[in-house]
Amino acid sequence: MATRRYSAFAVAREATRYHSGWERAWASPAPKAKYDVIVVGAGGHGLATAYYLGRNHGIRNVAVVEKGWLGGGNTGRNTTIIRSNYLQDASAAIYEKARSLYENLSQDLNMNVMFSPRGVLMLAQTEHEVRGWKRTAHANVLQGIPTEFIGPKRVKEIVPIMNIDGPRYPVLGALWQARGGTARHDAVAWGYARACSAMGMDIIQNCEVTGVRQSGGQVTGIETTKGAIGCGKLAIVVAGHSGRLADMAGFRLPVESVALQALVSEPIKPCMDVVVMANTVHGYMSQSDKGEMVIGGGADSFNNFTQRGSFHHVEETVRALCETFPIITRLKMLRQWGGIVDMTGDRSPILSKTPLGNCFINCGWGTGGFKAIPGSGWAMAELVAKGEPGPLSAEFGLDRFREGRFIDESVAAGVAH
Amino acid sequence: MLRLTCPYCGAAADETELTPGGEAHLTRHGPGSSDEAFEGYLFLRKNPYGVHFERWRHAHGCGKWFHAARDTRSLQVFGTYSAQVTRPPQDIIDRIAATHPGFDWEAGQ
Repeated sequence: MATRRYSAFAVAREATRYHSGWERAWASPAPKAKYDVIVVGAGGHGLATAYYLGRNHGIRNVAVVEKGWLGGGNTGRNTTIIRSNYLQDASAAIYEKARSLYENLSQDLNMNVMFSPRGVLMLAQTEHEVRGWKRTAHANVLQGIPTEFIGPKRVKEIVPIMNIDGPRYPVLGALWQARGGTARHDAVAWGYARACSAMGMDIIQNCEVTGVRQSGGQVTGIETTKGAIGCGKLAIVVAGHSGRLADMAGFRLPVESVALQALVSEPIKPCMDVVVMANTVHGYMSQSDKGEMVIGGGADSFNNFTQRGSFHHVEETVRALCETFPIITRLKMLRQWGGIVDMTGDRSPILSKTPLGNCFINCGWGTGGFKAIPGSGWAMAELVAKGEPGPLSAEFGLDRFREGRFIDESVAAGVAH
Repeated sequence: MLRLTCPYCGAAADETELTPGGEAHLTRHGPGSSDEAFEGYLFLRKNPYGVHFERWRHAHGCGKWFHAARDTRSLQVFGTYSAQVTRPPQDIIDRIAATHPGFDWEAGQ
């Protein structure tokens, strides 16, 4: 399918003919008998993996299979925050790769992903956090990532609607990454899907994987609700459902799935032009282009796959945000939803070979996967194409748990990730 | 909100009154065990899509640890039982089998 370019000219052209010339953004083919690579999961990470397999490594006989609709899982359920102010070098490298790819993603994909580098503030509301963020700022200097620790006065200048005096949660400063921001989550998935389809890859939706075929310790294909499909290599990129796929492939993961939830308010006039994260109270907020306040809350503490979340977590988050942002106390909430996130023991992702030959897994992004999509796809494509991890994914192997080489961001980044 | 009945004090406790303790019936490995066994004990988890057995603590109540059987898809609770056992009681297994035909506790271990 030839894909026509999106441009201002195309909009003008269609405006003269009642927009009758727009085409489907991606094809919807039946699965072929065999592909060089099958990517399971058409979320941002899976589609980005396929895209960079084609673009960076010339592997285009690729299928992306998805049990629901593409971008319908966590890609469509997050709070769209993009930042790379991580403490550990390995995380900083992959998240910064992702953030820098986001800067040109609209041009790369010919799809407006609405990347908005509006700046991300991570509040320090305890002395412990002040020390933690200063340490992170120093680490970021060494990693070449521009961040700075700023005082409460500067925070108030950046976000005038914030109450910095407390008393319960005073703002003592913040870690400021001016080049962080947000992007349109759906457009990221759609843009990658359209670019993959344009390269001749097959995106097969409503196709649930029911089994993994193997022979002599090597993967040979998958069984799906649309029949068996053969493959040379298999990439499992399914976030919260990684455990189910790993079970089919015959290995175990250090991952537990929990629901993480978010909510949005009714739209109001522009009042906050940055992203604010408050890790002590585990709430984060930004204002969407439509004017809704987008609020991210805490994760459920027990394993579940319900994609709902719990109201007491909403209450905890909103209660704390109301003190920091008195302006929001009378806002009505429009929607609340949950996504199933895959948490690892050290809160860092897994991009790894697996005990099954030619089968690779990308999971464990937990509560912070959206920001990593381009970098994750870039690193995963390299891993799948070469069969060995490249510099970005080398530290994120499954064996790090057995060997005690944790990338310990659960302490470094607080709870919010 | 999840509600579990503490098998020790009998109170029907809201989730906010409880602290989750993760997967139940793990075999504890320590010094002298193989790397594989120790990794499995410390990090690898079943994370089932369906019936799950887990540890909970009645933190804001009697303070006791107990076990619960629950479905992670529907949040249906099959029952709670003592933390002093290595196998769920038969009545809970029967209750699970009633809604999950073919459920086999031994096969899942």
